[in-house]
Amino acid sequence: MPTAKPLPVNLSNDQIDEFGREMDAIYEETLASRGEKDRLYILRLIRTQRSMALGGRILIYLGLLFLPAFSHALASWGSALIVMTLGVVLLGIAKILENMEIAHNVLHAQWDWMKDPEIQSNTWEWDNMSPSDRWMHSHNVVHHTWTNVVGKDLDVGYGIMRVTPMQEWEPKFLMQPIWFVLLMLLFEEGVALHEQVIIDVVEGKKDSKELRPIMKHIGRKVWGQVRKDYIMWPLAAALMALPAAMFVSVSPISIFLLVAVANGVANIIRNVWAFIIIFCGHFPEGVYSFTPDQVEGESKGQWYLRQLLGSANIQGGPLFHVLSGNLSHQIEHHLFPDLCSNRYPELSPRIQALAARYGLPYNTASIWRQFGTTWRNNLRLALPGGKMPPKVATV
Amino acid sequence: MYTNNKNNENSWLNRLTTITDMFAFPLKTSHYVELVNPLWTTHKMQAQVVEVWDETKDSRTITLKAGANWRKHRAGQHVRVGISVDGRQYTRTYTISSPPERDDGCFTITVKVIDGGRISRHIVRNLKVGDYIPVGLPQGDFYLPDASPIQPLFITAGSGITPAMSMLRSLIAQQRLPDSVHIHFAPNEFDVIFARELRQMSIQQKYYHLHEVHTRDFGEDKQTKAYFNLDQLQRFCPDWKERDCYACGPASLLSSLEKVWGEAGLSNKLHIERFLAEFAEVPSDAVGGKVRFAKSGIEVEADSETNLLRIAEDAGMNPPHGCRMGICHTCNTKLKSGCVRDLRTGELLNEVGAIVQTCVCATAGDCELDL
Repeated sequence: MPTAKPLPVNLSNDQIDEFGREMDAIYEETLASRGEKDRLYILRLIRTQRSMALGGRILIYLGLLFLPAFSHALASWGSALIVMTLGVVLLGIAKILENMEIAHNVLHAQWDWMKDPEIQSNTWEWDNMSPSDRWMHSHNVVHHTWTNVVGKDLDVGYGIMRVTPMQEWEPKFLMQPIWFVLLMLLFEEGVALHEQVIIDVVEGKKDSKELRPIMKHIGRKVWGQVRKDYIMWPLAAALMALPAAMFVSVSPISIFLLVAVANGVANIIRNVWAFIIIFCGHFPEGVYSFTPDQVEGESKGQWYLRQLLGSANIQGGPLFHVLSGNLSHQIEHHLFPDLCSNRYPELSPRIQALAARYGLPYNTASIWRQFGTTWRNNLRLALPGGKMPPKVATV
Repeated sequence: MYTNNKNNENSWLNRLTTITDMFAFPLKTSHYVELVNPLWTTHKMQAQVVEVWDETKDSRTITLKAGANWRKHRAGQHVRVGISVDGRQYTRTYTISSPPERDDGCFTITVKVIDGGRISRHIVRNLKVGDYIPVGLPQGDFYLPDASPIQPLFITAGSGITPAMSMLRSLIAQQRLPDSVHIHFAPNEFDVIFARELRQMSIQQKYYHLHEVHTRDFGEDKQTKAYFNLDQLQRFCPDWKERDCYACGPASLLSSLEKVWGEAGLSNKLHIERFLAEFAEVPSDAVGGKVRFAKSGIEVEADSETNLLRIAEDAGMNPPHGCRMGICHTCNTKLKSGCVRDLRTGELLNEVGAIVQTCVCATAGDCELDL
């Protein structure tokens, strides 16, 4: 059944069907080739990530031994901060790896095929304020089904921003450059509150009673995260400082605060990085949005088309791709969300060639271009108007 | 599948880990302990391969060092092991062939390559010293009674020797081997698993009487001599009616034993360990139907022969499972409504709340499971 309103492409329905079949073939072929190599990849990655997290925490603690109060040769604020910063960066990168290349992909059921009871989408809990099961609903179900459909996909502006001229302008959008920065810094908190029901309650469409069980569930997860980063680790350091405080002038309270701030900075590093990568996936120049009547009765080929037109890639080296959770391959991820992420790089040239053959755009550029145009759009769309993407998408 | 909950909930160690787990949230302390030594973990149980030894051309004994929370087995019990082949993890059940008296924290499994078997081949050919594999706890009720003294008759074939071997080694280690007769079937003399040890035992142990039956002549690739029969039993063990028989081997051997002991009215003296579920014939009027998985909200059509675990997996679920042959009960779930058939016995289960082993049950009409 053809869609009510066609997608912005110059292709006949038969051509779109053929395009879909070619996509299916690439998907099936890659699925069938998964094996021991992929298993070793995820196992090694998890081991590396956990070692880095532990190493980061140990370095933060070690940094405390260089505080000027200890009055040994190396003690100074400079050396203490250098060691602690190393620890903070290591912990921040560990959190980035956990959230992006590990948890995001495990929660997409990319690794369920291994039947390893430890690495399953239904049991994995990630180092993030959002409980895994809530995130899997808002992300896997809502976002990946309704990619870039205005009014359906909550990720189109997250309910607080205007990211496409297809959204009607309202005065509240004048504030969006501020939301942009705030969301960047507090991304994990934003993700935890990323629920349609919260918007519905705020807009008075639903009773606040419906919110309570969900907020309780999110609250428990938030408490676990807060307790770890802002109570347990700082408290243990402060307790260790107690006996030292009898001989040198270190204040256990400052130690507590130092470690808490260090952990907070690590969380913010992760937040900023995740925000940048994720915003580059759907909001740079050249990405298409859709209306609900364009997806009505959508065929598989049309679904693939919408994912291709609605996503954008970021160019970079292998390490960059791993650190971005391979969301630098947002297009491949949206075409095949349950395919192991370590396979996206090898798929990328094939998808690009396929898109070229059909005269379709494949939106990929440097992080500077993608994030730059995301920022520019954000500022432009805070005001009424804005330029619609061309009616027909071409390379 | 391999998780272990400690028995004594209030031990000081448990209280300590409740606190240290807060540092590791949402993981557990054990996930970080694993980085140091996988055998110290408590969130799952693993074992390390410390030795491999070829018993025959196609069977190998793997010595495993068990991790934390392991408990001693009883001679004759089996254990689940997880094996990764081509990135996918499979679970299989093997008898522990070492005696529980071994005190170095190690145990052995002895695995024979099954024709066309990918997992057994992988274990025998590819598993190497230093590898870590997930293991379960020892299970099973095929073991000798502690209290009542018995005179055992062991009837084993092929790799079915493993539980008997564990029992014999255990009895010898305890220096309480009773008068025992052992009839063992193998294709050729050199195919006998543990051959050296068995033959040595029959020389050194006064009360151990071994009868090897080789069913092929050298160079033949088909069986020429008869397997078990009553005459043979009378010849090797005239007092078989007085003995408790412990048997393990292929289904054909076990069913002829059941027949002989049944006809003698001595079924209660025959103890059997099966490693392949034998399925009852599916009646011609059997029907498939809709299977509904209540928790997952998935509904699929199923036929009357495909097990429900398979149905669930084909529907994209990954329900808990272990041995896939009805032994380990990892896959147990509750019947919420409808009717299922146990493929081993043909028995129908239709009571709400009945325990369903999804790996050996198929639907009989529509059914709903608590999965």
